[in-house]
Amino acid sequence: MEVTLKSGATDTIASSGAPVRSKMSIRKLDFYYGKYHALKNVNLDIAEKKVTAFIGPSGCGKSTLLRVFNRMFELYPEQRADGEVMMDGDNLIRSKQDVALIRARIGMVFQKPTPFPMTIFENIAFGVRLFENMSKAQLDERVEWALRKAALWNEVKDKLQQAGTSLSGGQQQRLCIARTIAVKPDVILFDEPCSALDPISTAKIEELIDELKQDYTVAIVTHNMQQAARVSDYTAYMYLGELLEFGETDQIFIKPKKKETEDYITGRFG
Amino acid sequence: MTAVVRSVRAGEHRLPLHRRRKLVNAIALSLSLAAMAFGLVWLIWILFDTFFLGIKGLSWQLFTESTPPPNVEVGGLANAIVGSLIMVLLATLVGTPIGIFAGIYLAEYGRTGWFGNVTRFINDILLSAPSIVIGLFIYAVVVAQTRNFSAYAGVLALALIVIPVVIRTTENMLALIPNALREAAYALGAPKWVVIRSVTLKAALAGVVTGVLLALARIAGETAPLLFTALSNQFFTLNLNEPMANLPVTIFKFAMSPFRNWQEMAWAGVFLITMGVLALNIAARAIFHGKH
Repeated sequence: MEVTLKSGATDTIASSGAPVRSKMSIRKLDFYYGKYHALKNVNLDIAEKKVTAFIGPSGCGKSTLLRVFNRMFELYPEQRADGEVMMDGDNLIRSKQDVALIRARIGMVFQKPTPFPMTIFENIAFGVRLFENMSKAQLDERVEWALRKAALWNEVKDKLQQAGTSLSGGQQQRLCIARTIAVKPDVILFDEPCSALDPISTAKIEELIDELKQDYTVAIVTHNMQQAARVSDYTAYMYLGELLEFGETDQIFIKPKKKETEDYITGRFG
Repeated sequence: MTAVVRSVRAGEHRLPLHRRRKLVNAIALSLSLAAMAFGLVWLIWILFDTFFLGIKGLSWQLFTESTPPPNVEVGGLANAIVGSLIMVLLATLVGTPIGIFAGIYLAEYGRTGWFGNVTRFINDILLSAPSIVIGLFIYAVVVAQTRNFSAYAGVLALALIVIPVVIRTTENMLALIPNALREAAYALGAPKWVVIRSVTLKAALAGVVTGVLLALARIAGETAPLLFTALSNQFFTLNLNEPMANLPVTIFKFAMSPFRNWQEMAWAGVFLITMGVLALNIAARAIFHGKH
């Protein structure tokens, strides 16, 4: 496939502007649900501290790809991945590192808000406590920091001891983002994070994603073309398990190289 | 021509089928209401009888004095009440952890695979086993071996009834927890046991507690498993190594007797058990619905 970008950590992905480092290099990635071949020879780079969006019709493998990055697929014995997902010199798929440590470095926010059955405070502290021993004061500080980052602090600072489920849908989703940030990952994966939210909550989360890329590498799967255009720096168009086109978001949306991409973006297909 | 157009516009062509549907609906509704009324009649009858016959025997002595000899105007059910409480609570204490752990295994580890399926199948058999079979089993392996009827044996028999109920409800409640919640916890890097302890089990807690309460209600009135194990005891005892009085067997014995004071006391016991089971069921519903 021609969409492969130059590999190597210091190569530029962008054709213009400042050089961009590659955070994750995906090479020859194949994925199987049992016998079904769901991802076929996917090659691309996820740029560090940028937002990479994955678009494409339902069932094209966008979410599947995201779930390879943090090895979420391993929870299901019939699912299997082959190939390379290189991050910091380590192939995550074959890594000898404990999968828990990988997941602590690559956070994930899901389609539906999934607050844990505990207080707002505990929802955030849960992930932090898994890997860090800290005093109550330090933990308080970390929880506040994460909630501020997720633009939720002002709305919940007086009710940290209330149940996480008592929040509205949009707040719950920001709680889940705060929970992910609190562990201090390098990469954050968003799997259609706004599909269950109203437009105002969606706008808040998009703003948030834009801010997050200052510190984190972000990959987002979305069904909303405008959302991809608004929040991302790079866009990948996937179809039937293949990566059809990948490039800078402006280029993909203004001057796609392939007819299939153009048809999908303009709504003639999908 | 215009008349046809007008009637179509007014929707008159839909009326025949609509009327038919309304009629069918009315018939189905009456039938299901009748079925419900049929069930309720017996339940209310039982409750009324229990109430009016049981209330006569209620007195302070019922809770302070032990079971009397025939044809005496004193005595109570204190030994049977305390014995029942002790054995039912101990059986729940023994059965609950085993049931919860096995339920967790089935829901979180053995959802597929032959071991989980075999365990599930055997548990279903145990769940529907007649309680007299369980009583005879404990009689054969414990009472006959030790040559001693004891409260311990009674507790064991009751625990064997608690376990499958708790396993079933725990597994079902855990299975209701959406996988998205588990994945969210795994995505933070949590190991499986932490996910189960802090997230899945916590989310299912109301349902699991409900299951335990229903198991408690189930064994509170069981007679057969105690008949061959704890037997009964005319006197008050806290010694688990000897036969212990309990409400179901005492009711069985007293209700079958020709003595009027015993029969009255049996009804009082029935009243106590019914109220207890009713309270447990209401508590179980309240806990479950408070959370869902």
